[in-house]
Amino acid sequence: MDWGAIFNNAAGELISPTTAAYALAALGLAVHFGYTGLLNFGQAGFMALGAYGYAISILTFGFPVWGAFLVGVGASVIFALILGIPTLRLRADYLAIVTIAAAEIVRLLFTTNAFASVTGSANGLSGYKNEFAALNPLADGTYGFGPFENNAYDTWLGIVAWSIVILAALFVWQIMRSPWGRVIKGIREDEDAVRALGKNVYAYKMQSLILGGVLGTIAGMIFALPRAVVPSNYQTTLTFFIYAILLLGGAATVLGPIIGSMIFWVLLSFFSGFIARAVEAGWLPFMTVVQGSQLRFILVGVAIMLIVIFRPQGVFGNKKELAFVR
Amino acid sequence: MSVNTVPVLPTGPTGKPIKTTDLHVGEAEPGCKKRDPILVVDGVRRTFGGLTAVDVDHVEVPRGAITALIGPNGAGKTTLFNLLTGFDKPDAGKWTFDGRPIAGVPAYRVARFGQIRTFQLTKALGLLTVMDNMLLGAKGQSGENLFRALLPFLWRKQETDNQAKALDLLTRFKLDTKKNDYAASLSGGQRKLLEMARALMSDPTLVMLDEPMAGVNPALTQSLLDHILNLKAQGMTVLFVEHDMHMVRHIADWVIVMAEGKVVAEGDPHEVMKNPAVIDAYLGSHHDEDIGEDPAAEVEHVSAITELLDDER
Repeated sequence: MDWGAIFNNAAGELISPTTAAYALAALGLAVHFGYTGLLNFGQAGFMALGAYGYAISILTFGFPVWGAFLVGVGASVIFALILGIPTLRLRADYLAIVTIAAAEIVRLLFTTNAFASVTGSANGLSGYKNEFAALNPLADGTYGFGPFENNAYDTWLGIVAWSIVILAALFVWQIMRSPWGRVIKGIREDEDAVRALGKNVYAYKMQSLILGGVLGTIAGMIFALPRAVVPSNYQTTLTFFIYAILLLGGAATVLGPIIGSMIFWVLLSFFSGFIARAVEAGWLPFMTVVQGSQLRFILVGVAIMLIVIFRPQGVFGNKKELAFVR
Repeated sequence: MSVNTVPVLPTGPTGKPIKTTDLHVGEAEPGCKKRDPILVVDGVRRTFGGLTAVDVDHVEVPRGAITALIGPNGAGKTTLFNLLTGFDKPDAGKWTFDGRPIAGVPAYRVARFGQIRTFQLTKALGLLTVMDNMLLGAKGQSGENLFRALLPFLWRKQETDNQAKALDLLTRFKLDTKKNDYAASLSGGQRKLLEMARALMSDPTLVMLDEPMAGVNPALTQSLLDHILNLKAQGMTVLFVEHDMHMVRHIADWVIVMAEGKVVAEGDPHEVMKNPAVIDAYLGSHHDEDIGEDPAAEVEHVSAITELLDDER
């Protein structure tokens, strides 16, 4: 068995743009769920809006990269307003129901044949990478070393993606230690108490919903840049993976989502490489290669369960905080 | 008003708190005029389906005094509280706070006007530290704006000032040693104290306490009472809901009695207890007839009233 290749691939995931995209989406969810207590189950919808907003702006309207970026962000702000205006005055559970449904509506709208000329229907969209690649200041060739060796496009994308993640993490870290963040965390604990102290809870929840949604949208764009935009990528399972990453790292932390995303992708890549080769080598005689590729998700699930059972606050969560969880 | 000075409690020669008197104009009857009302309520009605929870024609809360709102369970006291603080919407009615009409104003704006409430079930923000709980109470923080939050130099000084003020209040409430603990680690009584201290961070003019003594052990009761008396000494007006009649008589300057959603009596705490309407409210006008009420609750009220009448002698 080629252990070297398995570990090589797994290590490569550590800093891949996809890992960055999941980290950013999980950071958005940390703002929603970890800090504000908003149960957003539609992060996949925000990501889809980012990916499609970017791709459609470039392919159909010929926008420059920054214009496409703004279209995606604008779409997610509008999406957050549509979700938030009717539901943020209600109990927390309603937001969960509405977001999970809205994310599915978004995905199905992108899948339906009615708009196939713009959205590419179930086949999705591709061929929108040139504009981003044209901004690449790096000369052709390979960069990095060992498992982190990439071509110029992937290196450029990686630099941009992780820079955005770092900036977003600093941004979230700063606002959460400010009085604004204190109000947000107060809302998570008891919004009536915060309202009684003269804070406009509704406006704060809306700001949080938009902020986390925009982070998810930018994550959607990063997620789309190494691959094609396919609607089936944005199913509710995507939201649940991001929740898994968030809980893995620690819900009300800034570093948690980032490290959680790295752990998640390294584990996923390791298990996928390991199982595929184990099946080939005949170690798992009861299993076909196709079945093996599904087994990795089961193993990742088991790994996450173990972490949640033995370290329920996540990697970076505060153990003291958890002692009081109702 | 400065929070740095702790006024000496106004107590008379017998050690009893000095009552504010001469608050009303004319007869002490339901809806009577006050010399200087801070809160004036007119025709407030709230129904839940077929049940009329609150139906108050007119009531005034005197400024600078401690007013108790009492009444049997289900009299509509907490509902009235929720209405007056913007946490619930009435079917009809108007009310003014400090001369400003605040009917239909959302709860957070009511609080900004200086009318701060606490809750019957204490709402300490468990996973925030005691200090963060306190700081949340401060008004007009520029760092609570999302964009200014990014630039700490804009709010650092205000934050330091608020921390000093919070620490001062915490010291008065004997919570200063707990300032870095999670509020969830406090006892029930300490949470009540924290909630009251937090309310004071905004320098309110009217403090509305919903059952401040519920679930507080007797040792802490006296200290809570002193804190409430202190609020008056600092020029604040207090309106509180309470079931403990001893406490009501001990600290209240004025008592408003509600029953079945209506104000049935008002007056000085010693006089009002003798009012037949109050005895009616607690015992029912036909208390010797079986009307299917919970007998245990009735016995409780009977004993409460007899206790009070005994006290009076």
